[in-house]
Amino acid sequence: MDFLKAFITGGIICAIGQVLIDKTKLTSARILVLFVVSGCILGALGIYGKIYDFGGAGASVPLSGFGYLLSKGVFTETEQNGILGIFTGGLKACAGGVTQAILFSLIAGIIFEPKIKK
Amino acid sequence: MLKKEGRSTAVFENVEVLSASAFGGKKEGDGPLGKYMDFIAEDAMFGEKSWEKAETHFFTKASRLAIEKAGLKADDIDYVFGGDLLNQCGASAYGMREIDVPFFGVYGACSTFGEAVSLAAMTIEGGFAKNTLCTASSHFCAAEKQFRFPLELGTQRPPSSTWTVTGAGSCVLANGNGKPKIRRITTGRVVDMGVKDAANMGAAMAPAAAQAIYSHFSDTGLDTDYYDIIATGDLGEVGRELLRRLLFEKGIKIDSSLTDCGIEMFDKSSQDTHSGGSGCACSAVAFCAYFYKLLCDKSIKRMLLVPTGALMNTTASQQGESIPSVAHAVAFEAR
Amino acid sequence: MQATKKEQEQYLKKVDKLTPNSPLAKNCVWAFVSGGIICTIGEALFKLFSAMGFSQDNQALLVNLILIGSSALLTGLGLYSSLGKRCGAGTIVPITGFANSMVSPSIEFKKEGFVLGLGAKMFSVAGPVIVYGLLTSIIVGTIHYFFM
Repeated sequence: MDFLKAFITGGIICAIGQVLIDKTKLTSARILVLFVVSGCILGALGIYGKIYDFGGAGASVPLSGFGYLLSKGVFTETEQNGILGIFTGGLKACAGGVTQAILFSLIAGIIFEPKIKK
Repeated sequence: MLKKEGRSTAVFENVEVLSASAFGGKKEGDGPLGKYMDFIAEDAMFGEKSWEKAETHFFTKASRLAIEKAGLKADDIDYVFGGDLLNQCGASAYGMREIDVPFFGVYGACSTFGEAVSLAAMTIEGGFAKNTLCTASSHFCAAEKQFRFPLELGTQRPPSSTWTVTGAGSCVLANGNGKPKIRRITTGRVVDMGVKDAANMGAAMAPAAAQAIYSHFSDTGLDTDYYDIIATGDLGEVGRELLRRLLFEKGIKIDSSLTDCGIEMFDKSSQDTHSGGSGCACSAVAFCAYFYKLLCDKSIKRMLLVPTGALMNTTASQQGESIPSVAHAVAFEAR
Repeated sequence: MQATKKEQEQYLKKVDKLTPNSPLAKNCVWAFVSGGIICTIGEALFKLFSAMGFSQDNQALLVNLILIGSSALLTGLGLYSSLGKRCGAGTIVPITGFANSMVSPSIEFKKEGFVLGLGAKMFSVAGPVIVYGLLTSIIVGTIHYFFM
């Protein structure tokens, strides 16, 4: 059942992205920014938390989930450390993901050669 | 007494196309014009270490072969007119290190071949050269890396997008009377109709093509059926239809003889190239591989080649500018 | 020759009419299914690591590791772009798409060296995501603090 909920939630979020790609002239970079910012705002408003409770990975795997993570992180830090937590909360929360992405990009960049598209 | 008709058309008596060579990549080789090309490079890197070096290699090899096919040596060539799609025309600049001939680097985006041939023809007719070489190249991977996105990025291309042709086309023009001649050129003006979508180049360039074609016919007074084929450079399916309508509004009706090098280059149904081919090599390869042969064996008697170029750059586009374009018409006639 | 605003507007209307649209319904179905599958794989991984006794935080790290690592591998093999052609947002929106957007310029620009090529260009698409994501978090964090 959890799997179905994750499938549907993730699928809907991606379908929204597809509508943006086809109906607007937004490039993928701008769409990713939109998803992160939306996820962060919706997370701060408590809305994304509910989506996460329902959809699990269907809400956390899309990039809006990354934004949600940033909002949770900054809330935790400001609650624990005061206002200065706004400077550490976001990066602390996404530190793992970003570091992994950097490391894998470096490794892949070293190992792989550019290839022509078919 | 200027050797001109009207404002933009120059007329020649003594310019012939002595030889032509065309190199293409794998996708181009698999397309309808593949069998006419001199060489297909199966490996997109063409044995080099980067896409940019590969494009340079295409440029040099096509140039050398055209000279060889003309029965000449590099020393016999008075001037080279060459250009490509890389930043600061890298392929021609670095390629010309290996060809020891006086060089004019030209840039007209995808209209570069038309521009090179126009200037070369004028140089011959003006008595300044006996033999000139014209080369234009482009490379799909280098163009994507420079203008759009890394190849490995999982993006979707909209239906109006075009596929940059990988390869180079080169021809030797000479002062002579045996081979297909260049009878006229009409030089286009930069036109900007406000199109901002870089994934719809055909729409951006159609107005420039319309301007050049209209100027050609109004300067010369010729009828559209004077030409067996009128081929634009890379307007693609979308651009060609827009061109037809723009010309119709100006009183010029062209039906079956209107084609486009980008449409001829790839097979839409099997090669997933959406609106068609584009890039400097599109018109250069289509002409040098295919149309030139048709002129040589007299399958067609007269053709108007109209390479079209979108003159945008990433900085201007990011600053919100639209895409200005230019087109250069070259009229070839069989003997 | 710069056309007048009116001429441009008329032309752009023509362009709009003649430019074919992407097949929206088909693309949305593909995006829905492919995005759904990636998220379901994520869900399965979460359950697996939970059963293995990892803490919540570590589960997230491990799931990310696998998703980002797989994306990097598929990108390097040239397969991610073929997937993306078909699946569209289904492969762009999940974190695998974010990883792909860092791995692909990394591979493409290594020809220009490790510092100015691979190192700098890695963030050409992902940079804005981090910049504006963090900016938003700073803003919401500030608001949250004053409302606490």
